[in-house]
Amino acid sequence: MDRLRLTALQVLVAVVSIALWHVLTTIPVGGKPLVPPFFFSTPLDVAARVVKWFAEGTIWRHLWITLTEAALAFIIGSVAGVLVGFWFARQPMVAAVLDPYVKMSNALPRIVLAPIFTLWFGLGILSKVALGVTLVFFIVFFNVYQGVKEVSPTVLANARMLGMNDRQLMRHVYWPSALSWMFSSLHTSVGFAVVGAVVGEYLGSAAGLGYLILQAEGTFDIAGVFAGMFVLAVFVIIIDWMVTLVERRLLVWRPVAAETRT
Amino acid sequence: MMAGTAAVTADGGTRAASRAAVALSDVTVAFRLADGGTYKAVESASLNVADGELVAIVGPTGCGKTTLLNAAAGLFPPSSGRVDIFGTNLDGLNRQSGYLFQSEALFPWKTARDNVAIGLETAGVARAEALQRSQDWLTRVGLGAFGDRYPHMLSGGQRKRVGLAQVLIRDPKILLMDEPFGPLDAQTRQIMGNLLLDLWSADRKAVMFVTHDLEEAIALSDRVVIMSAGPAARIIGDWRVSIPRPRDIAEVKLDRAFHELHREIWNMLKDEVLKGYAQTGGG
Repeated sequence: MDRLRLTALQVLVAVVSIALWHVLTTIPVGGKPLVPPFFFSTPLDVAARVVKWFAEGTIWRHLWITLTEAALAFIIGSVAGVLVGFWFARQPMVAAVLDPYVKMSNALPRIVLAPIFTLWFGLGILSKVALGVTLVFFIVFFNVYQGVKEVSPTVLANARMLGMNDRQLMRHVYWPSALSWMFSSLHTSVGFAVVGAVVGEYLGSAAGLGYLILQAEGTFDIAGVFAGMFVLAVFVIIIDWMVTLVERRLLVWRPVAAETRT
Repeated sequence: MMAGTAAVTADGGTRAASRAAVALSDVTVAFRLADGGTYKAVESASLNVADGELVAIVGPTGCGKTTLLNAAAGLFPPSSGRVDIFGTNLDGLNRQSGYLFQSEALFPWKTARDNVAIGLETAGVARAEALQRSQDWLTRVGLGAFGDRYPHMLSGGQRKRVGLAQVLIRDPKILLMDEPFGPLDAQTRQIMGNLLLDLWSADRKAVMFVTHDLEEAIALSDRVVIMSAGPAARIIGDWRVSIPRPRDIAEVKLDRAFHELHREIWNMLKDEVLKGYAQTGGG
């Protein structure tokens, strides 16, 4: 019941916004629409463009490329983040020595790296993957590092009293704790993988959603820009929803996950 | 002097043992503070716990009871003095003991059944068998139907039961308990106390039971040891509780011997409690 109301209200927001957009850009007031459609397009033009992309099937290749880039960035960034996070947490000496450099690299706006990656890896998907990796890596790394360090001292003492050796501690205590921290940042890291892919495409590429938007902008095709943004937004929402499903499955033992499940 | 100071009986009666299960001799524990100074939590404490004996350690808040327990567990080695376990000097962790912690110590990412089984798995028992025995233990502590629950889905009392099963499944010779029932409500504490006595009477392990609750201490134990207010807490009293077993926690509190002993110990403890409050601000 409540759920239904919520959905209704959410849909209402979209309907009102689109209606307002439509009215302002198409209904003439004193001979001219209040908002020039040349700069803002109209909902119908945008919808027609999206339908055309899917009908002609041209969009699928771009979606697939962006998805591949994001997925590769996420996987490589996560694996590297987990490994380095564990290494730092278990070797305080290494962590202390490298700490300023980690902070420096993380503070660097990743966008300035994009041209360098393009030079190194070319215009293909690799340069976009590299950009995504630099974004995902730090999120996963910091979370895993924190997760390993923040294991409750009581739980750790209990594990030792229950006879765990170093390998068992790793498997039964540090690893699950680090994973739980990593999964709690899953939305952020997946989101950043997509951002890395799209921004990379936007800065120079031959395919992908970012490329599509850039092409449309280059020809003042505002309907194309909005259509590209719309497809990108839906794409991100679907991925986010899938992440939520994965998260619920993996974090059943967490109080929050259990509450949202009911 | 070093160990073996517990009473020796020719007939090897149920509670007497030739060697103390735990012998703390002149144990001093000091912590290094962040500002460079040291804080002496416990000073020259000596205590023998015989095999099969349930000893309660009572003292005001912040008096180093936990520190003493950690020394016996080998989790925090003493700065001076020695710890002997069944006549052998303790070096590193006390592998013959099980430790029931005051705060949450279950693995939150494991189900109750896996939490209990893990103590066997670390000892090399095959997983299938470990799970089977874990289920038996959950049944013994009254949680047979709750094996699939994660710790956060259990109540505080249920989590303590899982903790108890987790420790006892390894069949340790010594049981160390740090205010295990502290955060529970009065009724649940009583039930847990009876459960503990029930499980303990089956094989009479040596138990060190730390509590701030004198009534609980007398009701459960064979001996009550009183510690002074910290810092540099010492052991200042040692009473034998001769109330016959089996006991029921609720009924034993109506016993006349219980009241006399309580009054006697409380007279001494009260001053220390006030001192403890003065030092910790009542925390």
